[in-house]
Amino acid sequence: MKVLVVDDSRAMRSLLRRILTRAGADEIQEAGDGREAVELLETGNVPDVALVDWNMPVMNGLELITTMRRRAEWRRVAIIMVTTESEQSQVVRALAAGAHEYLIKPFDEYSLIEKLEMLGFQAPASAGAGSGPALSGQKGIEP
Amino acid sequence: MSVAREEFVFVQQLVRQKSAIVLSDDKDYLVESRLGSLAHKLGMDDAGGLVCTLRSRRDPDLERQVVEALTTNETSWFRDRRPFDVLTNRVLPEMIKANSTTRRLRIWSAACASGQELYSIAMVLDEHFPELRQGWHVELLGTDLNEEMVRRASAGSFTTLEINRGLPASLMVRYFVHEGASWTAGPALRDRARFRSLNLAAPWEDLPRFDVIFLRNVLIYFDVTTKADILKRAARQLAPGGALFLGAAETPNGLCDDLAPVPVDGTVYYRAKKGEP
Repeated sequence: MKVLVVDDSRAMRSLLRRILTRAGADEIQEAGDGREAVELLETGNVPDVALVDWNMPVMNGLELITTMRRRAEWRRVAIIMVTTESEQSQVVRALAAGAHEYLIKPFDEYSLIEKLEMLGFQAPASAGAGSGPALSGQKGIEP
Repeated sequence: MSVAREEFVFVQQLVRQKSAIVLSDDKDYLVESRLGSLAHKLGMDDAGGLVCTLRSRRDPDLERQVVEALTTNETSWFRDRRPFDVLTNRVLPEMIKANSTTRRLRIWSAACASGQELYSIAMVLDEHFPELRQGWHVELLGTDLNEEMVRRASAGSFTTLEINRGLPASLMVRYFVHEGASWTAGPALRDRARFRSLNLAAPWEDLPRFDVIFLRNVLIYFDVTTKADILKRAARQLAPGGALFLGAAETPNGLCDDLAPVPVDGTVYYRAKKGEP
C-alpha cells in the first residue's frame, strides 16, 4: 500500500506516518499542502491512498481532491479526508468532490485502520482494528 | 482537585507515546472522568492526585492502567463487518420472505453497550430493505446489563471518536445529525430501536421470540456453566428459522448442542436445531 499524506501540520503527518507504518504501508509520501501534493503526483508515483487535510495554505484539501478527480491517471487513488471540519454539510461537500471517506479529528488509530479497510485495504487475520494494525493489499477505486 | 493544564498535557503525551492515540485538547473531561474512576479504585483522592503520583515516579504498571483507562476501544459500527453482510445478503431476505404473512420482524442485540450494533442493524434495514417501512412491524431491541449504557444507547448520541469508528461517511451524514460536539441518531434509526436493561445471566422475562439475535463478544464475561445456559436459552428464544450471530471468536461447540452452524461467506451463524421448542 502506497500512501500520500497531505497535511500542513508536521506533527499530524508524523502521527499518520507512525500509524501507517504500523499498519504495514509499503511507502509513505508527505506533502505540506495541496500544491506540494500535486507536484508529487506529477512525478508519476501515484499512491493507492491519499489522506488529505481540509485546511491548508496554498491549495486546500477540497481543491486538491477536485484536481485529482479531473485527472484520469489519479482517479483510482482512494481519498480519505482527515480534518477537524465536522459540519455535516462539509462532509457532504467532500464526498461530492470525490473523497471516498471522511475522518474527523480527533481520531484514534483504529478509526483510520477501519476506514482503510472499508476502502478494500484488508488487514491480515493477525492484525486489524481488533488487535493492532497491519494492512496490505490494494484495490483500485473509481469515483 | 481537577486536572490542571500541565497535568493534562503530561497525560496527553504519555498516552500518545504509549498508544499513538491523540487526546485532543478538549478531552480534559475524559481525563478527569476516567482517571477519577481509576484514582478511586486505587485509593487515591482524585485524577489530579493520580497524575501527580504518575509524574513523581516512573511506574510502568500505573502508566499502563492510565493508558488503558483512556484508550478503551470504542465499539465499532458494523463491527467485524461480515455478520452484517450475511444479514443483508442472506438472513434478512430469507426472513422477509418467510414472514411475508405476519409482516413482523424482531431483532435483538443482546449486549448492546452504547447501541452501535443495534443502530447498525437499523441502518441495514433502512438502506437495503425500504419495503419494510410500509406495513411491516419491525421491532429492534437492544439490552444491556449496564443502566448507564442503556441510557446512552437510548439517547443515540455519540462523540466524534465514537462516530469515527467504522461508520461509512455516507451513512454518517444520512442517518445522524451533527449537534455541537456530538452526532445523534436521526428518526429513521431511533423510531425503530428501543433499549432496556437485562441481565443475560438472570431469567429473561417478557422477551418475545426473535428472528435474529446478535449475542456477540459477551459470553467471554461468563463462566462455562452460565455460557452454556445462555446459549441454550438463546436457541429457545429464536423464532422458527431464526438466526443467531455470535462473536467472531465465539462458538457453542462443547457448550450447547441445540444450535446448528450455518457457514456462509467466510463466517458462520447458528440456527436452533429442529425439534427444539
